[in-house]
Amino acid sequence: MSTLCNAAELLAVMASRQLRDDTTVFAGVGVPLLAAALAKQRHAPRLTLVIEGGIIGPEIAPGRLPISTNEMRAGRRAQMLPGITDAFLFAQRGFVDVGFMGGAQIDQYGNINTTAIGDYWKPKVRLPGTGGANDIASLCREVIIVTAHEKRRFVPRVEFVTSPAWLRGDGSRRAAGLLFGGVSRVVTTLGLLGFDPETKRMLIEAVHAGETVETIRANTGFELGLAPTLETTAPPAADELEMLRALDPERRFLG
Amino acid sequence: MKDGDYVAVGGCLFSRTPLALVRELLRQRRRGLTLARNLTCTEGEFLMVAGAVERIVTAWMSIGLPWGVSKVMRHYVESGRVALEEWSHLALGLRFRAGAMGVPFLPALTMLGSDLMTVGGMKTLQDPYTGETLAAVPALFPDVAVLHVHRADMFGNCQIDGYPHMDADIARAATTVLVTTEEIVTDDATRRHPDRTVIPGFLVDALVHVPFGAFPHECYGLYEADFDHFGEYTAAIDAAGPTAVADYLERYAYGPPTFADYLDLFGGERLARQTRRARELTASA
Repeated sequence: MSTLCNAAELLAVMASRQLRDDTTVFAGVGVPLLAAALAKQRHAPRLTLVIEGGIIGPEIAPGRLPISTNEMRAGRRAQMLPGITDAFLFAQRGFVDVGFMGGAQIDQYGNINTTAIGDYWKPKVRLPGTGGANDIASLCREVIIVTAHEKRRFVPRVEFVTSPAWLRGDGSRRAAGLLFGGVSRVVTTLGLLGFDPETKRMLIEAVHAGETVETIRANTGFELGLAPTLETTAPPAADELEMLRALDPERRFLG
Repeated sequence: MKDGDYVAVGGCLFSRTPLALVRELLRQRRRGLTLARNLTCTEGEFLMVAGAVERIVTAWMSIGLPWGVSKVMRHYVESGRVALEEWSHLALGLRFRAGAMGVPFLPALTMLGSDLMTVGGMKTLQDPYTGETLAAVPALFPDVAVLHVHRADMFGNCQIDGYPHMDADIARAATTVLVTTEEIVTDDATRRHPDRTVIPGFLVDALVHVPFGAFPHECYGLYEADFDHFGEYTAAIDAAGPTAVADYLERYAYGPPTFADYLDLFGGERLARQTRRARELTASA
């Protein structure tokens, strides 16, 4: 099988590699859930998926990917269906290792806007809203964002903070009352981004094969620093792509 | 239900939505409603286009990722005709839970530091023990809850299979509780599995037997959501805008005099297919 792949496939593979075995992951639908399902199948068999519809430990069936977080497909072979509020409360209690989610608009401190462009009550563009994204960003022990890398998405300051990451840097997350967590990494179609430990500003940690620091900077609406060591990610392997494509044969999320 | 009521809708997105009750609410031409639902789907679009709602209190509104951002929601919210009051998913769940517990608010660690705090006016408080900042999530006490369940008995004791969603909390928080059920069971049947009862009969004001009462949304284990129907519905909106929903309401809500006539529009074959698909997904593995 060819290892050529499209942007959504690259993103899903790179995201799946972030997840470790024997952990719990709160996964949003779409590419994050697809990536979590791939990780579980390939290298993290004891990864426990938590889905906001109130689902713990499902086994997603290849070809029957859920469209929403609370339909029968999402809960296939689940170990527990605690209900929505209680699923989130596991995270508030500190039991969820990783929050895994997408984002419409993201800023240099990792904050995400999925609410509105323009004034909240008179929006130019109204987006669907937070869903559980705010809760995942507030309550998981670590958050990994999975998103296409486009200049219009990577803005200096989001117009509306739907999901808080480091807020304005400088300890404002902790000062707001968020006791733990925060965005550790942003996986994009061009590379892997992290955050400066001091300033909490986003920086480049790795580039995907064929991309450069320059292409990443050209597609980002704010200044991006560099991590002390810059890596190049290994391209998707044939078996990763094969498993991924089998999960979404209708190409609902892989395009 | 009266004009101006604050209505909480059970289920979540396209799961166990009380669509038979929503259809009746449309047929009664209610006005000025506030709708509260954690994730809002087609029922929110119907109520917007029908002119029944002034405000929707929710964490998210659209149908689902493959169908994009709701064009109907954008049209009504961006033009200022309907207010969309956004809370995080957990915060809305805790609002119902605080209502269910009969307390004015619950302390929580969510929504803090975000701009969602200002939308619904959520306040913070200082933990009297540690001094930490906490969110004070305000209780929600809806006038009316509309719910759809799997089975209920003549006393109104309700059992739900699969996803509990927020229905049990909503039923406790609301003043009036209206329920439709897939099946009416005997008193003995309830008593054989009392651990399955999630809403006691003394909370329920009215109960109606409506098989397929959530269709074309799903009912766990009984029928899968009809994604083909959603595709046709959104394609019509893509072609004609929100007026396509007005046509849809004529055909599905105002036209058919009974719920059986409504189901006939989908046809027995479609219902049987969706029933089969639900069994495949929930059969013990």
